Amino acid sequence: MTFNDVFMIVPSSAGLSGALWFVLLMVVFYMARNHAHKGIFSFTEAVHNAFRLSARSVKLLRDILIVRNRDVLLAQGREATERIIEREFERIDATVRKDLGDYPALHRHLNEEITAIDENFAESTDVPPTPPAWVKAVEAVAKIPAAKGDPTVGNILEDIHQSLIKSSTRALEEYRKASSKRHQLLQKMMPHWRNVLKTLTQVDKSVNSLLARSVTIDRLMHDYEDILKGTEKAQRMLSSSSMTQFFIAGFVLAIAVGGAFINFQLIARPMSEMVGGSDMLMGFKTSSVAALVIILVEISLGLFLMESLRITRLFPVIGALNDKMRVKMVWITFIFLFSLASVEAGLAYMREILMEDSQATLALLSDTGGVEVTQNSALWITTAAQMGLGFVLPFALTFVAIPLESFIHSMRTVLGTATVAFLRSLEWLLRLVGNLVRASGKILVHVYDFLIFLPLGIEKLINKEGGKKSTGSSSTNVGGAL
Amino acid sequence: MKIGHRPYLLLLVVASLFLQACSDEPQVPNTRGVYMLMDTSGTYTKELKQAQRVINYILSELGPGDSFAVARVDTGSFSEKDIVSKVTFQDRPSMTNQQKRVFREKIDKFVKTVKGSAYTDITGGILQGIEFLNEAGTGHNTILIFSDLKEELRKGYKRDIPLSVNNYTVVALNVTKLRSDNIDPREYLDRLESWRLKVESGGGEWRVINDMSRLEKILHRK
Repeated sequence: MTFNDVFMIVPSSAGLSGALWFVLLMVVFYMARNHAHKGIFSFTEAVHNAFRLSARSVKLLRDILIVRNRDVLLAQGREATERIIEREFERIDATVRKDLGDYPALHRHLNEEITAIDENFAESTDVPPTPPAWVKAVEAVAKIPAAKGDPTVGNILEDIHQSLIKSSTRALEEYRKASSKRHQLLQKMMPHWRNVLKTLTQVDKSVNSLLARSVTIDRLMHDYEDILKGTEKAQRMLSSSSMTQFFIAGFVLAIAVGGAFINFQLIARPMSEMVGGSDMLMGFKTSSVAALVIILVEISLGLFLMESLRITRLFPVIGALNDKMRVKMVWITFIFLFSLASVEAGLAYMREILMEDSQATLALLSDTGGVEVTQNSALWITTAAQMGLGFVLPFALTFVAIPLESFIHSMRTVLGTATVAFLRSLEWLLRLVGNLVRASGKILVHVYDFLIFLPLGIEKLINKEGGKKSTGSSSTNVGGAL
Repeated sequence: MKIGHRPYLLLLVVASLFLQACSDEPQVPNTRGVYMLMDTSGTYTKELKQAQRVINYILSELGPGDSFAVARVDTGSFSEKDIVSKVTFQDRPSMTNQQKRVFREKIDKFVKTVKGSAYTDITGGILQGIEFLNEAGTGHNTILIFSDLKEELRKGYKRDIPLSVNNYTVVALNVTKLRSDNIDPREYLDRLESWRLKVESGGGEWRVINDMSRLEKILHRK
């Protein structure tokens, strides 16, 4: 039995059959109206609830993730601040050891200087011998005129006068000598004064440096306290810092990838001389894979070197090693790195030789075969540059560890934030779809009613008539009663 | 990523490698084998300079691990004696360059001393080429026929043998038109068509390159 057989109730007339079907379905729909409404509402409500629950689950997950992000962010911030504070204390320690550690010697030096100054000063205060007090009396005697006719008195007086002049001159000379000595002593005090001034300036500088560091530590401690309390300000600051770190580290890593690519180009060709030029490994030339492995080994060694130097903290095991072992590790990784860099320099040289050889062969095989390849006298510069690059790039790649650490640490925060944003969008979408489904239930009910508008209209009319009748009969009853 | 996830990642990589190793598909080596037939019959010997150019081009294109042989087409070409020079390039590029120079010298010497043959046994040369390339075990094989494709067999030579050139590329180079072709071009076209059918029925790919400036189409690119 085909659909057509079922549809054609009146075999000769499709229109009539259609109309009959329409009426039939309308009656069936009308009769099933209440159940259909309930069914539609139940279904849409169930779907709405499912979406709502899903949205709620997503919200819960988002909340967990937010807490986790916050914890990660604060833990990272705490660790970073602790590290900076630790460094500041190390610097203070170094300053104290360097400058204030010599304080007893400095104190002794200052004491010695001050004693020297004191002694010099004491010596310089000695009063010079004053001219004798009887000089005035002698001068008075000298002024007595010689008695006439008594030359003896005159001679005596003359002698007294002469000896007094001599005595006076001697006293004056002694006085001058004493003054000169005093001046010399005072002059000797100058370098001591300068030394004292210099020492005090040095002390002042050290103390000021310590004060400046203490201000920095104060600020850092304040930040640290904020982080420990988990304040909004600290979170904002750390989040912004993470984003910045992520993009900067990403940019530097992209540059490092460029460096690694150049390095790869330098050694891939000559590697074929070592491992063969025709073998393939997973669809790649073995020589290319070997060159890549060497570069990756160099980067790994760089990571270990940076870790051993405690510049990065990617591997807690290395960081926890005792200092002796750590220093050993620094030397071992450095020696390996140096060896690989030397190998790379050799390979870069080999590359140049191979290039020349290939060019000569190609020239021989070209149409102009036999034409001599002109030798460029400045070719050694390229060779030297290639060798230099081959040697330097492995060491330069060592520093990739620093941006890599920042990238990995900041990536945790950035990924967390991105996931939260995604979950928020998903939650919104689920809520939207749930509400749309609920609203569509109402729309479907209206559409259903629209399809059976005719019986509904008839029902409405009957109800209206019935209402009038019942109103009329009730009013009659009321009148009758009255 | 947690440290605990890393072993799973490693396991995944190892598993993928293992699956690749266990794959039923036969691994085709990424090496190329080229066998070039040089027609030395009659007037075609004057085209050998062009052949030399093609050989030099092929030498410049081939690399470590590839195999190359040049053979002459004469009265009976199904013979190792007709191979002028053959080489399988070593893994080290510097050695490969040396081998290329030696190969070139051999070809130069041959071109200078070659004498024209009375007959042209192309089918025998192709059979010899198939044998050489199968022994070389190269992944992508090409047979180059530098000839006018006019086969002339000595009486008694049987060459109605189907060619087994499955996955081979057979390239006809510099197929010059003979005087008779100019009178009736159908002869030329029929000649090409018969060779195409012969190669394709053997499972090979047939190509014709007459423009020597389009040599880059000859070889499979690595």
